[in-house]
Amino acid sequence: MTASLLQVSGLVARRGSVEVLHGIDLEARPGEILAIIGPNGAGKSTLLGAIAGVYPARAGRITLAGRPITGLPAEAVVRLGISLVPERRQVWSGLTVREHLLLGGYHRYWRHRSEVRADVALPQGIFPRLLDLDRRLGGSLSGGEQQMLAIGRGLMARPRILLLDEPSLGLGPLIVREIVHALDRLRRAEGLTVILVEQNVKAAMATADRVAVMERGRIVLRGTPAELLAHPGIKAAYLGKGYEIAG
Amino acid sequence: MTFYLLQALNGLAYGMLLFLLAAGLSLIFGLMEVVNLAHGGFYMLGAYLALSAVRWTGSFWIAAIAVPLVLGAVGFLLEWEFLRPLYRRTHLDQILLTFGFAFVFSDLARWWWGADVQSLAPPPGLDRSIPLLGTFFPSYRLFVIALGAAMAGGLWLGLGRTRLGAMVRAGVANREMAQALGIDIGLVFTGVFAFGAALAGLAGVIAAPIQGVFPGVDFETLIVTLIVVVVGGLGTLPGSFWGSLLIGEVDTFGKTLVPQMALVVTYLVMAAVLIVRPTGLFGGRPR
Ligand SMILES: Nc1ncnc2c1ncn2[C@@H]1O[C@H](COP(=O)(O)OP(=O)(O)OP(=O)(O)O)[C@@H](O)[C@H]1O
Ligand SMILES: [Mg+2]
Repeated sequence: MTASLLQVSGLVARRGSVEVLHGIDLEARPGEILAIIGPNGAGKSTLLGAIAGVYPARAGRITLAGRPITGLPAEAVVRLGISLVPERRQVWSGLTVREHLLLGGYHRYWRHRSEVRADVALPQGIFPRLLDLDRRLGGSLSGGEQQMLAIGRGLMARPRILLLDEPSLGLGPLIVREIVHALDRLRRAEGLTVILVEQNVKAAMATADRVAVMERGRIVLRGTPAELLAHPGIKAAYLGKGYEIAG
Repeated sequence: MTFYLLQALNGLAYGMLLFLLAAGLSLIFGLMEVVNLAHGGFYMLGAYLALSAVRWTGSFWIAAIAVPLVLGAVGFLLEWEFLRPLYRRTHLDQILLTFGFAFVFSDLARWWWGADVQSLAPPPGLDRSIPLLGTFFPSYRLFVIALGAAMAGGLWLGLGRTRLGAMVRAGVANREMAQALGIDIGLVFTGVFAFGAALAGLAGVIAAPIQGVFPGVDFETLIVTLIVVVVGGLGTLPGSFWGSLLIGEVDTFGKTLVPQMALVVTYLVMAAVLIVRPTGLFGGRPR
């Protein structure tokens, strides 16, 4: 077993005045894709946001490669190598594709000015469409293009861990496959760790190394996709009848 | 006909002054949802400090450069020392704080510069009227129009084409996302706040030879600027620009054509715009 890169223990977080996460334990290992699935309102987005420092932790501990990052603001967390690609993409309608990418890297700009300019080639290499769309405004892109942009923007931070919140939402299977392939390539080439929140359980199971199932603010089950598929409850609750493991 | 054209030019000059004020107020609001009620105070201090600086140095141009710098520094301190600690509180607390500063500025000015209306001579070279449209027009006002247009162009480029500008636009449209990318929005806001204060101060310097300065001008100006920002749409630079020109013209023509009703006309225009476009001429989604 490899040492964990991200370690979350006993994490409690609120949205507004409601406690949404009631003590989450989770670890992510270097280079793995960890999927988090669960019903609407389970707290999946809150968990990603809490790891990224967008929502403060009320209790518990988060460490990145052994270093505590609990309580750090989002802008500090991203500098340490955790990049959030949020739910519903959050693309800026009035900014161009290139501006999005550059903004994703600007916190490194002072020290690595020329690098940031060159780094744009990384997301463009992964999603060549971004190169064609360079001057287009975010608001004029299709859903799939926006998702590629959101991921590309997140990659500009040169993260060690990418937190991806429902990238397949509203996208056709072809685009989903393209994104999944891209993640896989990144993991192989750069050793990127991905924590992937998905409603599309089929896609998640096919991509992930390990899966955690979340319900009402707790992780209720975890294991490899094969283990979870063998679990009687999972099949019934998430996959419906007649589902077979793809490929 | 010539009369109306000249009035239109006057309105344009006034509109450009309003733009210098509205641009800062609007961006500050767009970024942090804080209405800076001390904005008129920066304008008034700009005018008063220009009087003193001209008396002291003898040069309008030194005043026009130094005074905005000083007020930018004051804005920086105000934000850094007083607004910043209130980030975790409600916006109302922050707005009340700026309101408090508006009164502090007002009292300080009355104490130091007195209660009389004072005015400043236009700088040498711009103190004459030049022939225009078969009559004469003050050259200083043409200078104000040109300066306002240049500032608008510079701001448009700065906001649209630079790194910092992209950060500001991103923060105005979606602050949380900008933060999640590692952009220190707090620092960006401090910069915008200080810059807004400097622009308001510049407006005060530039306005002093046209409108003079007197106690109460701060709140008068604040109200007109708020109208401009509401009419143009919060947080948008084009909105501030066209809103300023519109209100500048409406106010100027209102004052010449229906002097007793000028302010009413301005309010009516604001109401009309808001009925047709509740988020202002260039405003996007309602917040
Ligand atoms: N701003 C808020 N104020 C109060 N409660 C909130 C707020 N945002 C979300 N919640 C609540 O927090 C809980 C968890 O929300 P969260 O978005 O983390 O769930 P999720 O698992 O990502 O759901 P989905 O699959 O729908 O995206 C939900 O019950 C939701 O109603
Ligand atoms: Mg969610």
